[in-house]
Amino acid sequence: MFSYLGVVIRMKYEIIIGLEIHAELSTKSKIFCSCTTEFGGEANTHCCPICLGMPGTLPVLNRKVVEYAVKAGLAMNCKIEEFSKLDRKNYFYPDLPKAYQISQYNLPICRDGYVDIDTGSGRKRIGITRIHIEEDAGKLIHDDESMSSFIDYNRCGVPLIEIVTEPDLRSSEEAKAFLESIKAILQYTGVSDCKMQEGSLRADVNLSIRPVGQKEFGVRTEMKNLNSFRSVVRAIEWEAQRQIEVIESGGSVIQETRRWDDNTGMSYSMRSKEEANDYRYFPEPDLVPVIIDGKWIEEIKKSLPELPDVRKKRYMSDYGLPEYDAWILTRSKALSDFFETAVSKSKNVKAVSNWIMGDLLRILKEKEMEVEDIPFPAEYLARLVDLIDNGTISSTIGKAVFQKMFATGKEPEVIVKEEGMEVISDETELNHIVRKIIMNNPQSVADYKNGKQKAFGFLVGQAMKETKGKGNPKIINKLLKDLLG
Amino acid sequence: MGDIRVELYELTAHELGNLIRRRKISVIELTKSLLDRISNTDCILGSYISVCEEEAIERAKQIQLKIDSGGDCPPLAGIPMALKDNICTRGIRTTCASKMLADFVPPYNATVVEKMYSQGTILLGKLNMDEFGMGSTTENSFFKKTRNPWDTERVPGGSSGGPAAAVAGGEAIFALGSDTGGSIRQPAAFCGIVGMKPTYGAVSRFGLVAFASSLEQIGPLTKDVTDCALVLNAITGYDRMDSTSVDIKHPDYTKALVNDVKGMKIGIPKEYIDRGINNEVKKAILNAAEVFKKLGAECEEFSLPLTEYMVPVYYLISSAEASSNLARYDGIRYGYRAEKYSGLSDLYIKSRSEGFGAEVKRRIILGTYALSADYYDFFYKKALQLRTLIYDSFSRTFEKYDLIMGPTSPATAYKINEKTDNPLEMYLADIYTVPANLAGLPGIAVPCGFDSNGLPIGLQLTGKPFDESTLLRAAYTFEQNTEYHRIRPKVDR
Ligand SMILES: [Zn+2]
Repeated sequence: MFSYLGVVIRMKYEIIIGLEIHAELSTKSKIFCSCTTEFGGEANTHCCPICLGMPGTLPVLNRKVVEYAVKAGLAMNCKIEEFSKLDRKNYFYPDLPKAYQISQYNLPICRDGYVDIDTGSGRKRIGITRIHIEEDAGKLIHDDESMSSFIDYNRCGVPLIEIVTEPDLRSSEEAKAFLESIKAILQYTGVSDCKMQEGSLRADVNLSIRPVGQKEFGVRTEMKNLNSFRSVVRAIEWEAQRQIEVIESGGSVIQETRRWDDNTGMSYSMRSKEEANDYRYFPEPDLVPVIIDGKWIEEIKKSLPELPDVRKKRYMSDYGLPEYDAWILTRSKALSDFFETAVSKSKNVKAVSNWIMGDLLRILKEKEMEVEDIPFPAEYLARLVDLIDNGTISSTIGKAVFQKMFATGKEPEVIVKEEGMEVISDETELNHIVRKIIMNNPQSVADYKNGKQKAFGFLVGQAMKETKGKGNPKIINKLLKDLLG
Repeated sequence: MGDIRVELYELTAHELGNLIRRRKISVIELTKSLLDRISNTDCILGSYISVCEEEAIERAKQIQLKIDSGGDCPPLAGIPMALKDNICTRGIRTTCASKMLADFVPPYNATVVEKMYSQGTILLGKLNMDEFGMGSTTENSFFKKTRNPWDTERVPGGSSGGPAAAVAGGEAIFALGSDTGGSIRQPAAFCGIVGMKPTYGAVSRFGLVAFASSLEQIGPLTKDVTDCALVLNAITGYDRMDSTSVDIKHPDYTKALVNDVKGMKIGIPKEYIDRGINNEVKKAILNAAEVFKKLGAECEEFSLPLTEYMVPVYYLISSAEASSNLARYDGIRYGYRAEKYSGLSDLYIKSRSEGFGAEVKRRIILGTYALSADYYDFFYKKALQLRTLIYDSFSRTFEKYDLIMGPTSPATAYKINEKTDNPLEMYLADIYTVPANLAGLPGIAVPCGFDSNGLPIGLQLTGKPFDESTLLRAAYTFEQNTEYHRIRPKVDR
């Protein structure tokens, strides 16, 4: 599909993307009752008559949910509405026990914000149309064997915010960068833990294409419930290509909702605009309007932590880190916090940063671990850097110690001691080894004496090998030079 | 004549309370008197869907024990009462008189039920109603028709027809009903008792199975105004389980029971008595105005604009909310499920088609239509705008008057089946009661006469928000100076 010709054709078009992001809030209890929001748990054990929508029960809005939405809004530069209300979105589905979702229709809590993202061609401002609060639904589990469906209402009533963007994104890369920024902001503010595998962050993609230079938007399609950044990227690529092919072959794009299938890597038509649900929104009569006074907004503003972008700039100015490093380190709050703790215990910022950017991220990726799963505290990394800096171990040995720290969670000093990894600085011992190397490599000795500097390096390497990397390279250098005259 | 012995079930709550506190009667004896009465007359009246005989006697014993041990004795302690069957009772089925919920047993109590229990009242059972509160005759019950104790060929009104018939017929000392568009006041008027819809937000709706959330309130149906004040004291108050309940301090409503209306300004909307009203009802209302005047109140007619819009606005808003509130009855988790179905959609369609009665389906369709994208602006939105205007026009009215006075219903109790074929005519008869629901105002119906068939006529008083006291004071004064509330129907076997 992505032939050279395809690329050329593709360049004739501009892709217009808007996202609707659903994030589960990390409140302890649900949005309208006191049930726990904890993930997992036996099916239908985190429910009560209220979140099950039983006859006569009434919702009561959890104040924390409003606070978190305001927090997210402020962090995304939104205007906070002092008056907003909740509405019912009516539709039948077994995972929705009241047959309506309590959401916000025309008066959301936050509107008109923006988030800046870093793209290949510099910074770009992405508009946030609105952020509103709503409740999550339950989960349907289909069992092919018994040909029946089961329902788990544990997620029912878990609070969500929906973040709606302006159609400002122009590529899958931008969409990914934006999602990463949103994720970072939500994690920093503690509004959501954004655990994708638990479905606490999901996105709908609205996409249309238009010939480069055209002002009007094309007809858009909507792809629902993408639950990983990777599927968002794939879905955008696939859908953009599909729309281009439709237009190039003389057809026209139909306004419709499409379902993205991550297994086949394709999207399928779900329903057209004509078949679209009429949600019959109307004001929720069981709840009073949400009033947020200026004083409360100020209090929440004061409670906001340092946000990722600000932190990134600080890393660049205070630690002299390159922009890319500062960006990587601040994308995840957990990683950034790890870095900060390590740095606070170390004098060598650059080394700490290099360890995290290199070995740490690589090992996390290899082991498919999260930062939270690192088995040792950040302080140990600072101590490892110290051991290398004060010459107790070589940097090569340092890598081995680091691996061991991941495997055992032990302190670096303990590992070094237990494994006998200290640098050998004893001149008598090293003298013995260096003499042995000179004896065993007459050719290299001759080469060196004939002025080949390379041969000297080889001899140092051999001596290091003999010491299993533990020899103090400075002393080995000195001894070699002395012995070879 | 002949037997002039007064039976316990004929007395009021405040009379019985006195007897209980003075140890003249026992709660058990009283409860048995009511249960006997129910077993004698309810085969005629059909007020009850469920009677909790054993639980009632058990509870009566407990309460008597408490009283005997010198424990705290609230005014309603030991009084046998009953609840409309849309008020949730833990462990006791709550049907809303619908096939849909015929076997539904809630695992929780409504807040008012908790309050009733904490007062030491005895629950006799659950009372018949129009299905989900939709109707004005109690003919829309899945279970049975309830009959008017004054004439068993006639309806008791609705939707709280069971509560009204039970209280008037001596099958409960008082009852709690719910009023969405007149559902307490109209049956109270038809059955010659007192019925009050409190201000919206005065009583918790938690545990009241919703019909139209923004309109309805739970309220008392009692034999006189004093009982009304006692029950109101017991059920009002902020409830954190209901966000729409208002956090204010309610006065002691029995303090409002003062026989004096001197200087009170009472307005009578011209539109209420000009046309579309039965002549005998009109005469009774004008006569009541004369009573008030003689007692020193100022009564005058005035024009209440928007009266013609009240009924359509009410039916659009209440049906819209109902279409959403009743959507949860889908046959999945509880309630009626069709026996045979193929697939999800078929399960929904069959369960709902078979589980709901005709009137409920009519309102769901009307409400769904009013909220649908193509008609929203024209119907639902317009209705909301008009509701705001109606609210404002009442606010202005109450700058001038302390109370509004008028009929509760344009006619007295209908014959059974008289109106079943003409829902529109039935809707229009709600004209005097729906305004209080649209504007959230308190309203009370009190007996004010009888027509030539000997059927009771109800006077309606409507007041300012949270000014139930003025309402009670006027109603009490009227009652003290008339005899209508003393006349009780005789239920013939
Ligand atoms: Zn719950």
